[in-house]
Amino acid sequence: MSNINRFYAFKRFERFWHWTQAALILLMIFTGFEIHGTYRVLGFEKAIDLHTTAAWALMVLWLFVIFWHITTGEWKHYKPTTKNFIAMIYYYGFGIFSGSAHPFHASEKEKHNPLQRLTYLMLGVGLMPAIWLTGLLVLFYNIWPEFGLEGLSFGWVAAIHTLLAYILISFMTIHIYLITTGPTMTSQLRAMITGWEEVEIEDEENKDRT
Amino acid sequence: MFNCQDLRAARQIAIRFLIFISLAVLTPWTGAVAANDGPTILLGPMPDLSQPKVIRSTADHSKFEILKKKFRKSRDITKACLSCHNVSAKQIHKTKHWNWEFTHTKTGQKLGARNIINTFFGGTASNEASCSHCHIGSGWKGNKFDYKREENVDCLICHDTTGKYAFKKFHTARGNCGVCHEEIPESPGKKKHKTDLNEVALNVGPTSRRTCGSCHFLGGGGINVKHGDLDSSLTRPSYDLDVHMDADGLNFTCTSCHSTDQHAVRGSRYENEINDIGGRTIPGKAAARRSSCASCHGERPMKNDKLNDHTDKVACQTCHIPSIARGGHATKMRWDWSTSGKLDANGKPFLKKDKKGNVIYSTQKGDSVWAENVVPDYIWSDRTAKYTLLGDKIDPSKTVAINTFMGSADKSLSRISPVKKSRGKQPYDAGNNRLVAVNLFALHRFAKDKSAYWRNLDWPRAIAKGMKAAGKEFSGKVGFVETEMLWPVTHMVAPADKALGCDECHSKNGRLENINGIYIPSRDTKPVLEWLGLGMFLISLFGVMIHTMMRILTRNRRNNGGVKP
Repeated sequence: MSNINRFYAFKRFERFWHWTQAALILLMIFTGFEIHGTYRVLGFEKAIDLHTTAAWALMVLWLFVIFWHITTGEWKHYKPTTKNFIAMIYYYGFGIFSGSAHPFHASEKEKHNPLQRLTYLMLGVGLMPAIWLTGLLVLFYNIWPEFGLEGLSFGWVAAIHTLLAYILISFMTIHIYLITTGPTMTSQLRAMITGWEEVEIEDEENKDRT
Repeated sequence: MFNCQDLRAARQIAIRFLIFISLAVLTPWTGAVAANDGPTILLGPMPDLSQPKVIRSTADHSKFEILKKKFRKSRDITKACLSCHNVSAKQIHKTKHWNWEFTHTKTGQKLGARNIINTFFGGTASNEASCSHCHIGSGWKGNKFDYKREENVDCLICHDTTGKYAFKKFHTARGNCGVCHEEIPESPGKKKHKTDLNEVALNVGPTSRRTCGSCHFLGGGGINVKHGDLDSSLTRPSYDLDVHMDADGLNFTCTSCHSTDQHAVRGSRYENEINDIGGRTIPGKAAARRSSCASCHGERPMKNDKLNDHTDKVACQTCHIPSIARGGHATKMRWDWSTSGKLDANGKPFLKKDKKGNVIYSTQKGDSVWAENVVPDYIWSDRTAKYTLLGDKIDPSKTVAINTFMGSADKSLSRISPVKKSRGKQPYDAGNNRLVAVNLFALHRFAKDKSAYWRNLDWPRAIAKGMKAAGKEFSGKVGFVETEMLWPVTHMVAPADKALGCDECHSKNGRLENINGIYIPSRDTKPVLEWLGLGMFLISLFGVMIHTMMRILTRNRRNNGGVKP
């Protein structure tokens, strides 16, 4: 028999953040690749308008998000750790196919496994700020000289912005896939909707999966 | 014996015969004199003289005694003008309009109508008699002209408000129909068009689109042949055709933008400023300078800031003149002189027209290609024109650029600008690899010298005469070379809602496909980063797919393992 540990993992604001951010990012990916010239659906002007508006909206959201993480101490969930790190890689690489036990058990104290911690941290302090920075540079390229940036190349900045977008959609592909690897296909999705995460605490005798 | 009556009768017959003969001889070239509405056809609607005139100046010229004299020559009117406007001729004498010569301050090239060769009639050398119709002087004696005489300034060609004087000036004995008419009218009318110089003299006034247009609308031999964005539809344009010149709206004249100072007109295509800022007349500032859009609109005139961000690289005209030749008159896109000279079965010159009536072949001019609603070409331009001049070596295996505009992406004073690209196939000196001056027009209809190309369709002879007049050497060998000439597009400014949308340029194969040195989102990528990003995405996609497949394949094993005790 397995023990189910049910705990409130994702607070209301956190879920609001996650889903708003998801929607804005999807919109920006759709409009962004249109601006990039990958396809023509909305028209360049409409795409630019939506892309820019969504970008500002996400940045405003992030101001609240940063405030929230600092004041609630939630930022601690993104402190990288080496504990179970290799085990997690091994689990996704091999264990998952043979029905091995999940080496990590989420709890209120540790919502994210070590791989998630590192990935989300890199997303939060690396990829996202880099996309915004390059995006803002593209948006404000006319005033580069006022910031002493006239040496930058518009084309390269725009192309790096696009490269970062490719990295983001690569992340999203893996992210959306990995949420199906929970106790059931949809349990992790449900957790992000309701906030309640269910974690199996398996005993040694019974490895049956629910 | 003849009696008196017989003698009188014989004399009458002789006189009638002479009149008949002279009419028969004169009619072909007085052709355009045909209808009284001649000027209407080429220069758009005549001014409405029935309306009471509003005089904005402090003098009503129709009240001046000196202008009520009987005038026979326009030069006599000029003398009357000069009696009050006593420095105007001296001012005119310094202008490009007068000297047809301009030394470029940046390139040092000697330009101006006197020096350049174009893809249309070629050059002026040896053709002065005909070309001088469009000169603002009067009193040309064949190819000779006294540039120093004040009364040789033709005030009326610019300052007539009746719309009648231009007609007179162009239809003189030296008149060559082909200078303005694509198709030379075959049956002349019976009445010779008479222009009453006194009416003209009493109606002098400011210049108008029509007066400027009497030369500039017809450049290259007919309506809109040359420029594409300048034709007689601008005599009374609609708002859609040009928002500034809109006759029922702002009603700008040419000089509203091409501001003048001491009779010198600003805004030449040879040398101009990209952003002639500060053009609005502000007390304490120097005389008005209004030769670019930015002169009045500034550099960030639009409500949308992202659009304003474009003005450092894109000229206003690029988006706001979506197409040219929009007024119902086609413009000539290609002029192939090499096919000229063919005769019909009867050994006579002939014409061929397309469905819309554009002359696509004429014996005198060769093949022509016309187009309406033309999408311009786009180039980097800092408004500095450079020409291939008569003495310059050319490479006949390539298309010769008759002119180019300097400028590039990395120059702060360059803008992506629209141009009409006129193509030509024109004669050149195949021995020396140089462009040539052609003696196209005869001095007048009865000239003894028969060298002119339009007289005998003999290229070497016509070129020899042209080159002699230009003071250049000619090998005698004639070839035809592909040429290309760029005409800056700046008129026919469309209403804002008809300006180009983003997709016109921000797309692959868009209007700016050939513009180098700049990264245009939607058009450009950096392949290295593009493949890197796409590769990363594809690898993650494949990884996920393989992982899914393996989970499906190992599902039974896991389940079986699960039921084990």
